[in-house]
Amino acid sequence: MLQGWVIVLVAFAYLGVLFAVAYYGDRRAAAGRSIIANPYIYALSLAVYCSTWTFYGSVGRAASSGIGFLPIYLGPTLMVALWWYVMRKIIRISKAYRITSIADFIASRYGKSQLLGGLVTVIAVLGVVPYISLQLKAISSSFTILLHYPRIVMPAGAVALPFMKDSALYIAMTLAAFAILFGTRHLDATERHEGLVAAIALESVVKLLAFLAVGAFVTFGIYRGFGEIFSRAQEAPKLRALMTVSETGGSYSTWASLTFLSMLSIMCLPRQFQISVVENVDEDHLGKAIWLFPLYLLLINVFVLPITLGGLMLSPAGGVDADTFVLTLPMAQQKEALALLAFVGGLSAGTGMVILETIALSTMVCNDLVMPVLLRQTWLRLNERQDVSGLLPSIRRLAIAAILMLGYAHFRAAGEAYALVATGLISFAAVAQFAPAIFGGIYWTGGTRNGAITGLSAGFAVWAYTLLLPSFAKSGWLPLGLLTEGPLGIALLKPQELFGLTGLDEISHCLFWSMLANIGIYVGVSLVGARRVAETSQATLFVDVFRHTHGFDRSRIWRGSASVQDLLPLTGRFLGPDRARDAFLAYAHRQGLRSLDELRADADLVHFAETQLAGAIGSASARVMVASVVQEEPPGLDEVMDILDEASQVRAYSRQVEQKSRELESATTELRAANALLKELDRMKDDFMSTVTHELRTPLTSIRAFSEMLLHDPRMHLAERKRFLAIVVKETERLTRLINQMLDLAKIESGNAEWHPTELDLNEVIRESVDATSQLFREKGVALELALSDSVPRVMADRDRLMQVLINLLSNAVKFSRPGEGRVEIRLGTARSGGQDSLRVDVRDNGPGISPADHQTIFERFKQVGDTLTSKPEGTGLGLPISRRIVEHFGGRLWVESELGSGAAFSFILPIGLPSEASEKLAREAAHTTT
Amino acid sequence: MKRSGMTGQRLAAIFMVGCILLNYPILSLFTRPRVIAGIPLLYAYVFGAWALLIGLLALVIERRRD
Repeated sequence: MLQGWVIVLVAFAYLGVLFAVAYYGDRRAAAGRSIIANPYIYALSLAVYCSTWTFYGSVGRAASSGIGFLPIYLGPTLMVALWWYVMRKIIRISKAYRITSIADFIASRYGKSQLLGGLVTVIAVLGVVPYISLQLKAISSSFTILLHYPRIVMPAGAVALPFMKDSALYIAMTLAAFAILFGTRHLDATERHEGLVAAIALESVVKLLAFLAVGAFVTFGIYRGFGEIFSRAQEAPKLRALMTVSETGGSYSTWASLTFLSMLSIMCLPRQFQISVVENVDEDHLGKAIWLFPLYLLLINVFVLPITLGGLMLSPAGGVDADTFVLTLPMAQQKEALALLAFVGGLSAGTGMVILETIALSTMVCNDLVMPVLLRQTWLRLNERQDVSGLLPSIRRLAIAAILMLGYAHFRAAGEAYALVATGLISFAAVAQFAPAIFGGIYWTGGTRNGAITGLSAGFAVWAYTLLLPSFAKSGWLPLGLLTEGPLGIALLKPQELFGLTGLDEISHCLFWSMLANIGIYVGVSLVGARRVAETSQATLFVDVFRHTHGFDRSRIWRGSASVQDLLPLTGRFLGPDRARDAFLAYAHRQGLRSLDELRADADLVHFAETQLAGAIGSASARVMVASVVQEEPPGLDEVMDILDEASQVRAYSRQVEQKSRELESATTELRAANALLKELDRMKDDFMSTVTHELRTPLTSIRAFSEMLLHDPRMHLAERKRFLAIVVKETERLTRLINQMLDLAKIESGNAEWHPTELDLNEVIRESVDATSQLFREKGVALELALSDSVPRVMADRDRLMQVLINLLSNAVKFSRPGEGRVEIRLGTARSGGQDSLRVDVRDNGPGISPADHQTIFERFKQVGDTLTSKPEGTGLGLPISRRIVEHFGGRLWVESELGSGAAFSFILPIGLPSEASEKLAREAAHTTT
Repeated sequence: MKRSGMTGQRLAAIFMVGCILLNYPILSLFTRPRVIAGIPLLYAYVFGAWALLIGLLALVIERRRD
């Protein structure tokens, strides 16, 4: 059944399906209905990581190092956990600045350096071409092996075949055609290939299913499950060793360094960058991929050890290469369909890797190697050609073909040599050199162009010396003495024991020295050397991408002049005039303009043109091209420093805000206190008003009531009328008194009262007051006793005011004395109070007395002691407050001493030697009134 | 950024746990000629730890709130 034509037919049918899927994907993408815009396709396409080196090679590695094949897949599993930070950032940067390859990424980060882009491209090509040739070899070998079915023959002699009969050549040509068709069919500024991604995702499904099918067949078809395979293997001492880490020193360090190496590779392999960054449709797809991709890696590795052990047990003679077990085990069991499926699985693993890798490399070669060189060739007059958009795809097609032919040539030359076996890891170690420049580039603004160039060169040189050179020597292309004796016999320089370092396997050894050189020089040169302004601005844009992609004011770091008439044709030359026109028009519409004529050639437009160009020819070349039509002034260092200062400004600003808010807080506290005071005053005013109103209404009510009675009853007796009128008069007087006193109090309190201080003899004042109130005493039959002292000093006070106080106190005493038995005593004497000589006046009665609880209250306005409900108020309630104010005005004080039932004594003192302040005030008042 | 802050930190923690679980010296604890349910101990452990990590990644990713 498995004749040659059947195999070829199946292979081409498979490629045809891929082609159809890719074509359909492109069609759907063009129609705006992407079939790859979901995280599952994205995760599957990431599995292009698993090439034939995984499909066939894992078993081979497992056969020699047991569980040692796993770090290659554990590393990526660990690394994707960090993708949330790292890959998101790289994707964001790449989308913002239209970056289309890893070389472009590094070149763009370090000041759009053409030199760096070229260096990265060269390293990538040199590192990856052997890897491509490994795929060609694997596909070719599997084809050859399958062709010999039912015999199992190792294709040792394949290389001996003439070119025309070599399947690898045709495979290479077919793959080149496929890559050219879907990789360079059109020039897209984003360099995304939707159809291709769909095909890659399909390939990932096919290779996984094929491997699982073979694994399941071996495990459950040939044996009865995992248990039997392992228990059978335990019996063979040679196989038992494969199931543990060998105890000889260095195995764990190999494990660790391979894990580390594969962590870097998943970031740095050109095809991984292409699929995970450039072909990424939506940043959010990263989320699911973070666990789906490791799951894929786990699944494709589950059956590796069973297949290995099964293969080793079934062909113990060693006639069959372990690398081919996946294919030869089904063949040995006469499972033709399964063998064919395994072949297709290997084919899918190989083609996916080769197609994507060559496309990624061709973009780099075209944009970072060929274009910069071509643009410099003045004799080509490339700058003057109207439309070179056709040139770019042509260069890429040529590059794809060249890379595949290079791979094929390597395959022919290396053949079965050692170089091919170790190729996978050697490639990994080569691309891992990009890691310091990438990680440093996105997290450290200090990394410079010179640092990256020197570090990368040093790392690459060490890689070539410690890994590539020995592989050449082992392949017989260089004398083995180089390894055993060292170059020119210098043992310290032995490539695999550099400076005498032993105990590491060759990969760990290379990784240690190359990373040491790479990182050390990158950091060292960056720290020592000066930076160009362009580098600084790019560094900021990359490191702070999450801050800058939204609303970043680009014009601040760009000064210059350009015209749309220059930019449009320039872009058109590389993208094609129509596409460029469309792009510019779309840009104009986004700006809210209707036509191209309204476009202003500002910094944003120049940047737009440059990113469009960058998508087509790489950022470094785009920079050069744009600079050729734009009169650009380099951004001043100040402006760049401004951007860098942004963060500190923000910090300073936030400190200011904090300060302000603290001030605000204290102001608020003060305001709150003031507000509380105001509220209290307001409440007091309200109380006062309601009291005043009440006090005024009481006499008014009785006046009105009696007046109305007089009005309505004309036949009222005269006596009655007189009585009523007397009440009205009395109440009116009370009202007048009340109003006068209120005005008086208000005057005193506001400081507007008139004072006429003179030197007084208090004896006289008291006698006059007693005279004024003698009528009251007589009417009520209250006895009054005077105890005066003739020889008291004179005091400075207002005579009328003082009389007001005394009359008030005396009339109060009369008012509260019982008629007939009341006795009031008024006494004048000297006293010492507060270290000062004073005159003291006491007015004592034998009335009902005042409870100590009310001693303060009676001096408040309108407060009268007694039950206001049962007994009619006897005064205005303002006399005592006014009296106290008057006494206090002259520097004295007024108080009461009393107990309920034992009379009351109202006393006040007036200082004789007035305190200077008060006396001056009084003197001023006296002077004022006398003039 | 704020919303995804915890997700990123959780994933980074899983990264560190993974680095420790799948390396010397933890790995050497399982380098013993023993068999668990017919499967060599080391083999079972590595795949078990690997599956655990994937499970944790899935848990963190699928339960994030954004």
